[in-house]
Amino acid sequence: MNLRARLLIFVPYAWLLVFFLVPFGIVLKISLSDIALAIPPYVPTMKDGFWTMIRGLDLENYAFIGAGAVFASFTLLVLAIAMFQILYPRVRRALIPDARYGIFDSAAVALTALAVVVVNIAVLVAVLSFLFPVLSDFVDIPDFLYFAAYLSSLKIALISTLLTLLIGYPIAYGMARSAEHWRPTLLMLVILPFWTSFLIRVYAWMGILSTEGYLNQLLINIGVISDPLVILNTNIAVYIGIVYTYLPFMVLPIYASLDKMDDSLVEAAEDLGCTALSAFWLVTAPLSKPGVIAGCFLVFIPTLGEFVIPSLLGGSNTLMIGKVLWEEFFNNRDWPVASAVAVILLFILIVPIVAFQRNQEGGER
Amino acid sequence: MRKFSWFNATSLTFGFAFLYLPMLILIIYSFNESRLVTVWAGFSTKWYGELFQNKAFLDAAKVTIKVAFWSSTLATILGTMAAYIMVRTGQFRGRGLFSGMIYAPLVMPEVITGLSLLLFFIAIGLDRGVITIVLAHTTFAMCYVSVVVTSRLVSFDQSLEEAALDLGCTPFDAFRSVTLPIIMPAVISGWLLAFTLSLDDLVIASFTSGPSSTTLPIKIFSAVRLGVTPEINALSTIMIGLVTIGVISASLVSRSMSIKAKADERRAEQD
Repeated sequence: MNLRARLLIFVPYAWLLVFFLVPFGIVLKISLSDIALAIPPYVPTMKDGFWTMIRGLDLENYAFIGAGAVFASFTLLVLAIAMFQILYPRVRRALIPDARYGIFDSAAVALTALAVVVVNIAVLVAVLSFLFPVLSDFVDIPDFLYFAAYLSSLKIALISTLLTLLIGYPIAYGMARSAEHWRPTLLMLVILPFWTSFLIRVYAWMGILSTEGYLNQLLINIGVISDPLVILNTNIAVYIGIVYTYLPFMVLPIYASLDKMDDSLVEAAEDLGCTALSAFWLVTAPLSKPGVIAGCFLVFIPTLGEFVIPSLLGGSNTLMIGKVLWEEFFNNRDWPVASAVAVILLFILIVPIVAFQRNQEGGER
Repeated sequence: MRKFSWFNATSLTFGFAFLYLPMLILIIYSFNESRLVTVWAGFSTKWYGELFQNKAFLDAAKVTIKVAFWSSTLATILGTMAAYIMVRTGQFRGRGLFSGMIYAPLVMPEVITGLSLLLFFIAIGLDRGVITIVLAHTTFAMCYVSVVVTSRLVSFDQSLEEAALDLGCTPFDAFRSVTLPIIMPAVISGWLLAFTLSLDDLVIASFTSGPSSTTLPIKIFSAVRLGVTPEINALSTIMIGLVTIGVISASLVSRSMSIKAKADERRAEQD
């Protein structure tokens, strides 16, 4: 490789290393330090050399979050999955050089699914083992807050991903079925909101959902209800906000996979005696699976750390981890705990992010 | 022939109504006379006038546009380089890490990126201000640019570049006179994407901005937290209008560019 190519690689590589990877190292370091009343508000643990640092490392922030156990189990699990994902393709290539999709790949998928189930069980076990001491001395409420926030973020992200899929799939399907000359326009209509400010799109719902908002006015005027519904500042408003803002992320990949599909396959299924519905289930749905998977990841991953939607549409009892991190940082000025919250969120996210990247690379091949 | 059923028609109608009605309501009520945002009291443009009197918003808008311009330009250069490396350079040490670092910011929650960059800037002793926001925005926007440019680089005929090299071009000349014109539509849309991402961003900007460098989303957010106001409705309408004009004109430009490129290719084949 010549000098020019090296230089070309060096610039963006160095940029990403400095502004993406190094900052994470600093977060990790600060998450292991003590809070102090100073600027910056923490005591660095690395200034007296390596061994002093190791002795001085402070797992208190993680214990404070009550997630030390989860942290450890996630680390192990992520390592195990990473090892498996690296080893499996090599072993497979060594065993059967020219194998197509077969039993081994199914096994790989099953193992990955198993890993996801294990993650969930680990969380559940950690929660249960955590809940009982808390029940005995309920004074320790802050600890519970973080756990509840992680769990409720997971719940909100899962439910809203499902809702987005249920609403997004018919739209993508309708787009793929529409006449050829309509499709660029429809595609642009889906993309346009994506370019419009996220903040403004969330804000638009505040006027609609508030107690004296447009929705309540409409429903009262046509006589469906007599008292205004309380939607704003509840979890329902959060779901509506997430589905609304993330809908393009779901529609676009599903549309892309449906658009590529060969129509004659559906016709063949119908010629062979399938009803329209069973042709859809047997042919269209499986072929659109890559798009559905990509869409679900694109909605689920960013939703998990969402901050704007829960803070504008959610109420004080809407717990989401992005909001907790923000408040811990800006309101309580507890930087070490905010960093620890970020590190754990990152570990929870590594599994879906790696899975997403593999899914994307698999799709390109 | 694809069948377009009533089910498809209804789902499209409801889907697009869901996507566009909230914004439409916002636009309509920005022309409301009354300060009570939910009661219609006649047509008026007075909130637009008041918006342009508001110095805090105008200052924030200036900072935002400055940040968006510089970060999107930097991100376009870095992102195009990254895309070129990923597509054209073969195996090199650390390629896996590199591709991971390009994909990760696309899905990373903004709170994590923002927090880590802020702690980084403090650790190296860089004062928070316009520069730190530009650095932060460049970092996440370059990944979007590189994804957009990669998809274009993958699809074009590499032999054109090889021909230029065979005819005596230096690699840089070949890139400038052959590759760059072909991927230009993608580079331009990458720049536009980076620009709007920077214009929109609240979370990362909140972490990395200093007291003297408030951006428009930060201003809007602190105003919106207290409730719906007619000034913000007016501001939102202006922003929606600008983005709509931008997206439509960009798509028209890229369509005409790709038609021209195809015509050129056809002419080249005939010659």
